[in-house]
Amino acid sequence: MAKVASNLSKQAGALLNWFDDRLPVSAFWNNVMTGYMAPKNFNFWYYMGSLALLVLVIQIFSGILLAMHYKPSAAEAFASVEYIMRDVNWGWLIRYMHTTGASFFFILIYLHMFRSLLYGSHKAPRELLWVFGMFIYVALMAEAFLGYILPWGQMSYWGAQVIINLFGAIPKIGEPLTQWIRGDFFISDATLNRFFALHVIAVPLALLGLVLLHLVALRENGSNNPDGIEIKKNKDADGKPLDGIPFHPYYTVKDIFGVGMFLIVFSFILFLWPEANGLFLEHDNFIPANPLVTPEHIKPVWYFTPFYAILKAVPDKLMGVLLMGASVGILFFLPWLDRSPVKSIRYKGTWYKVLLTLFTIAFVRLGLLGMAEGTPAQTWEMRVWTLVYFMFFVLLFFMSPGGKTKPEPDRVTH
Amino acid sequence: MSSDDVNKGRRRFLVATTTVVGGVGVGFAAVPFIKSWMPSARAQAIGVPVEVNVQKLKEGQLLKVQWRGQTIGVLRRTDEMVTGLSKVDDFLADPESQNAEQPEYINGEPRALNPEFLVVNMHCTHLGCVPQMIPQVGPQPFDANWNGGFYCPCHKSKFDLSGRVFKGVPAPTNLRIPPYSFLDDDTLIIGVSPKGAV
Repeated sequence: MAKVASNLSKQAGALLNWFDDRLPVSAFWNNVMTGYMAPKNFNFWYYMGSLALLVLVIQIFSGILLAMHYKPSAAEAFASVEYIMRDVNWGWLIRYMHTTGASFFFILIYLHMFRSLLYGSHKAPRELLWVFGMFIYVALMAEAFLGYILPWGQMSYWGAQVIINLFGAIPKIGEPLTQWIRGDFFISDATLNRFFALHVIAVPLALLGLVLLHLVALRENGSNNPDGIEIKKNKDADGKPLDGIPFHPYYTVKDIFGVGMFLIVFSFILFLWPEANGLFLEHDNFIPANPLVTPEHIKPVWYFTPFYAILKAVPDKLMGVLLMGASVGILFFLPWLDRSPVKSIRYKGTWYKVLLTLFTIAFVRLGLLGMAEGTPAQTWEMRVWTLVYFMFFVLLFFMSPGGKTKPEPDRVTH
Repeated sequence: MSSDDVNKGRRRFLVATTTVVGGVGVGFAAVPFIKSWMPSARAQAIGVPVEVNVQKLKEGQLLKVQWRGQTIGVLRRTDEMVTGLSKVDDFLADPESQNAEQPEYINGEPRALNPEFLVVNMHCTHLGCVPQMIPQVGPQPFDANWNGGFYCPCHKSKFDLSGRVFKGVPAPTNLRIPPYSFLDDDTLIIGVSPKGAV
C-alpha cells in the first residue's frame, strides 16, 4: 500500500514539474497562498471579503442558468420569470438563489467596508485597494439596479423611471441624456433589452476585472489587521514577518469554516424567507409593469435606501441628485480624508469612536427612513441624519491630524 | 506553532473527511442546476396528443404532422401496397419487428391498427434524418429491385412501406411507431393508445 501511494505521489510530482516548466503553477500557488504571510490576529470582520467572492460565484452560476430561460422583452419578461418560478425544473430555487444572493452581496460589502472604517484598512499604503473596492461597490450598485428591472414588475418599472430621471436633473443635457439611456420616450422594450445586455455581460465583466485588481493590490501590500500596524516591520532572520502566518492553510481553513456558517444563514433565507417580508423581493413587483399606474408607496430595495433618503431630504431636484451622488462619491476620498497617524480604532481615541458611532447610526437611520412613507417629521429627521453623514467626513478631515491617539504596540495583540 | 507535535494521521483524516463531505455537498448542489435543463412543465404540456382527420387523405398520400416536435407520417396505403409488403421480407433485417420500438398492439407486416393507415415516426433510427417516401415500384439508383418504401438521404438507409429496415444499411432497427388510436373511423389521435391497451 505504502509503495503504491509513494509511486502515485511521485507521478503526481512529475506531472506538476511538467506543468511548472510551461506555466508557473507552483510559483503562483506559493506566491498567493502558502508563501503569502497574513497577520495572525484576524477576527470576525475578516470573513467578509472571501464570502463576497463566494457570493459573486453564486450570482454568476445562478445568473447564467436564469439567462437561459428569461426573455428580455417587454411583452414576455414578466411571464418568463413566472415560467422560471413555476415550470422550469428547480427554477424557483435558482431564481431565489440569485435574489437572495443580491441582498447578501450588499450585506457583506457593507460589513467589509465598515471593517475598513474600524481598522483603517484604506490608509497608506492601501489607498488604491480602497479605491478599487469603491469601484466594485459602484459597479455592484449598477448591476443590482439593472437586474432589478428585468422581472418587469411594477417596482422594476417605476424604480427605473425614478432612477433614470435622476439624470434628467442635469441642466440642458438632462432630457436628451435620459432618452439616450432609455432608447425611447418612455421606459420600454428597448430599455429592457439593453439593460439585460448590460446586466449579464458588460457590468459583470467590469466587476471581474475590478475584483482582480482589488486582489492584486491586496497581495502587493498584504492585509491590514485589527491593530493597524504593518507586520512587515518585524521580520525574523529569514525575512518572514514575525506576526505573519501562511495564508494557506491557516486562513483558507478559517474561511472554509466561515463559508459553512454563511451557507447555513444563506440557506435559511433562501428556503424559508426569500422575500424577507418585502425587503429582498418587494410585494409590488409581483404585479406586471403598468405605465399607467404608479404604485402607492414606491421605494428602492433596502441597500439603496440610505442614499434615497438623502435624495428625498433635499427640497431641490438638482441639489438632491448632486448630494446623493456626493454621498457615495465622498467615500472614494476616505484614504485622504482620514489623516490620523494611526490606523486602527483601537489607538485612535474617543473622538473617532464617537464619530464612527454617529456615522453608523446615521447610515442605518437613513436606510430605515428611505423605506418609510415620508411624513414631514421624517423629512426633517432625514435632513438631520444627512448632515451627520456628511459631517463625519468633514470632522474626520479636521480632527484626524491632531486627534488624540494611544501609542501603537510594536507587535500585534491577540 | 511548532511542527514537531503534529499528529499527521489526525490531519490526514480531517482533510479527507472535509474533502468528502464538501464534495458530496457540491454534488447535491449541482443537481438543481443540471435538472433545470430537462424539459420544463410547459414543454411537457405542449407535448399533448394530436388529432388527424384521415378521410381527407387520398390513396397513396402521405401526411406529415408534428407530435412532440417529431415528424409523424400518416400514409394511406393502397391494397397493392399492403399485399406487396411480404415480397421484400427476405431483404429485411427484422421482418417480424422483434426489435422494433412500437406499442404492443402493433404487430404483423402492416404494423398498423388498420392496415390501410400506416402511422409512423418518420425519423430514421440511424441519426434522426427524415427519409423520403419513394412509392414507385421499379429500379432506383440505390436499389435495382425497389418495391416502394422510404429512403433516407443522409446515410442511405432503406425502409419498406411499413417502415421496416432493409439489411446492410446503417439504420439498426425499424422506424418507430408512436402510440395512437382511432377516435372514430375518420379521426386518428397520435399520442393516445386505444382504450385498455398499453
